[in-house]
Amino acid sequence: MSIPTNGKRLTPHFESNLPPRNRKATLWRTLFQLSTTIGMIMLMLLLYNIINASFGLVAIDNKIDPASLAVDGVPIEELDQETLITIIKENVSKGKFRQLEREQPLAERTWDEVYQVVIDDVVQPKDIVGTWSLVESLTRKEEIVAEVEQEHPQATVKFTSWIDPQFVTSPQSSDVLKAGVRTALLGTLLIIAITIVIALPIGIGAAIYLEEYASDNWVNRMIQTNINNLAGVPSIIYGMLGLAIFVRAMKPITSGAIFGFTDPTTANGRTILSAGLTLSLLVLPVLIINVQEAIRAVPNSLREGAYGLGATKWQTIWYHVLPNAIPGILTGAILSISRAIGETAPLVVIGAATYITFDPNSPFSKFTTLPIQIYQWTSRAQGEYHNIAAAAILVLLTLLLSLNATAILLRNRYSRRY
Amino acid sequence: MSVRVISRSTKANPLHHHPRRGEFLIRGFLLFCGVFSILTTLGIVYELGKEALLFFRNPAVDLLEFFTGTKWQPQADAFGILPLVTATLITTSIAMLIALPLGLAVAIYLSEYATPKARNILKPTLEVLAGIPTVVYGYFALTFMTPVLRSIFGRDVVDIYNMASGGLVMGILILPLITSMSEDALSAVPRALREGSYALGATKLETAIKVVVPAAISGLAAAFVVGISRAIGETMIVAIAVGAGPNFTFNPFKGAETMTGHIVRISGGDLSYDSIDYDSLFAIGLLLFAITLILNIISQRIVRRFRETYE
Repeated sequence: MSIPTNGKRLTPHFESNLPPRNRKATLWRTLFQLSTTIGMIMLMLLLYNIINASFGLVAIDNKIDPASLAVDGVPIEELDQETLITIIKENVSKGKFRQLEREQPLAERTWDEVYQVVIDDVVQPKDIVGTWSLVESLTRKEEIVAEVEQEHPQATVKFTSWIDPQFVTSPQSSDVLKAGVRTALLGTLLIIAITIVIALPIGIGAAIYLEEYASDNWVNRMIQTNINNLAGVPSIIYGMLGLAIFVRAMKPITSGAIFGFTDPTTANGRTILSAGLTLSLLVLPVLIINVQEAIRAVPNSLREGAYGLGATKWQTIWYHVLPNAIPGILTGAILSISRAIGETAPLVVIGAATYITFDPNSPFSKFTTLPIQIYQWTSRAQGEYHNIAAAAILVLLTLLLSLNATAILLRNRYSRRY
Repeated sequence: MSVRVISRSTKANPLHHHPRRGEFLIRGFLLFCGVFSILTTLGIVYELGKEALLFFRNPAVDLLEFFTGTKWQPQADAFGILPLVTATLITTSIAMLIALPLGLAVAIYLSEYATPKARNILKPTLEVLAGIPTVVYGYFALTFMTPVLRSIFGRDVVDIYNMASGGLVMGILILPLITSMSEDALSAVPRALREGSYALGATKLETAIKVVVPAAISGLAAAFVVGISRAIGETMIVAIAVGAGPNFTFNPFKGAETMTGHIVRISGGDLSYDSIDYDSLFAIGLLLFAITLILNIISQRIVRRFRETYE
């Protein structure tokens, strides 16, 4: 759109009016663009902040400085196995050395195992005395090393990736360096499995009812309004509902007592089953609304065609409406499920303060989930807990991202078919 | 099969006498699924109401004090909800101060200015922002926003746990919600209105501000109300970054505790059932539920009016 500005055709008044109007337009346009940029910058900052904390230098105080163990100036990482064994012999008590030999003679162990013994029993890492972010670690490495040297002469400084395969596969631990998200990840997966099994059929069923069967009467209008309202209820309210109904009132079922599960550590209703049921209630409204939209998008001519050939209502839905709505239904379902994965507040209410280090193995186990783990680690004052919280956030975001990518892939695959 | 159907339908006994038990059962199951959501609502109202009633019947609780008292100390039998409500209002206001102008500006940009190419990049990015779990925003508030605020305003002014940082980050959380709802409303304005405005010589900005925005105003208002409702119910950001103790203050740089933050902290600890602490959480929950429900109903009313205008 362009306004002709050659003076011949415009009145003088209009001509004098136009430049300020255009200036104002440009100014506001810039403001709108700026706002959009701010939104993008915030997303970048969020990701930067997490990645920045997930990697970096860490200073660990040791009982013995590994540098002092060097033989003839060769650091212990490069010594051969025999010298390492000599170091162990010189630095541990006789009883301890005999015990080590009894477990497996040191000479028969591999170099890596012997080196690990040196680290565990001779160097003996104690506490983390400081952690630095990725940017700090890259830009002022020398300063940090010098600083640590001065304050903690025994300490080693090394570059750590807080997120690594070991972080994903090891259970929760009070030792930050050994702590992992295995327990939390398994908890999340089990709870989501229960949520899918319960919420998906009910959600799709309700959406089919509302879109295909429900006539426009007050009952159905009430159901629809009710679903819209439920979608706006804060998630913590669902947590309280779950606490009152699933954890307390249905305790015999959710603790597994009536099925013969009498494990005293789990028989209190605060179980994976309760959490899964609560999340099912939580995702249902959003799920129903998403599936309704997918079903509504199926053209009416398909239904009319099926009826015209003598199909019954259900045959029409099953053979014509649902196959065409599948891409939309899948996308909507995956998106609402991935919302459930990130939910924290209701599960904190359901699960209470849980510190568990064993794998959840049945629906009647106690649980912790990735978001709860992140919440607990973030709430700790010590900096190193923030590092593992950031690493856990990366695991969570990766999980969510791969789910969303699956949703898009599925949608594209099925869209081609129909 | 088709042959049989045709031959049968030619007889005097037509199809509709054939009993369809399967169809009936399926319909029954689907109806149950639909009614299930009503059961959820009844469950919420019943459970919150029951426990809240127990709370208000407790001799230590006075209904007037509950709504006007400025101290929430369950240990000292002081149950005045005002400190929790003010904290909720302050964080929500800060969030809306950020999210409303920014969200509206982004929505106008996306719907009126952005080229299709730019929109194809920006909209999914905003969706990513909307899909990030709130606990991650909480982490962001505590480890990024709070240090930034403290370095700007000074460590003496800004507490480690403060309402400003939680509110600001909550604004970022709500931004995509406001943007997407507002953009829907703006895009729904018929093209003819814009064309008419251009034909009268209006610039793009004048068209957007004086024609499109007023035409979509009810949709924008609904987005605003839903944004407030979301901010009031938001839990993890305030639980992590805003503080751990009810505090009756209007200073955004001080720590306080919102309704949601209080519920999550108390129920996250060891809580014995049938104690007044436990019941008090449900009273707070009931108030929270009532506030968000009213806001949601208001927004739906507004949206319905908006639909009548343009469809």
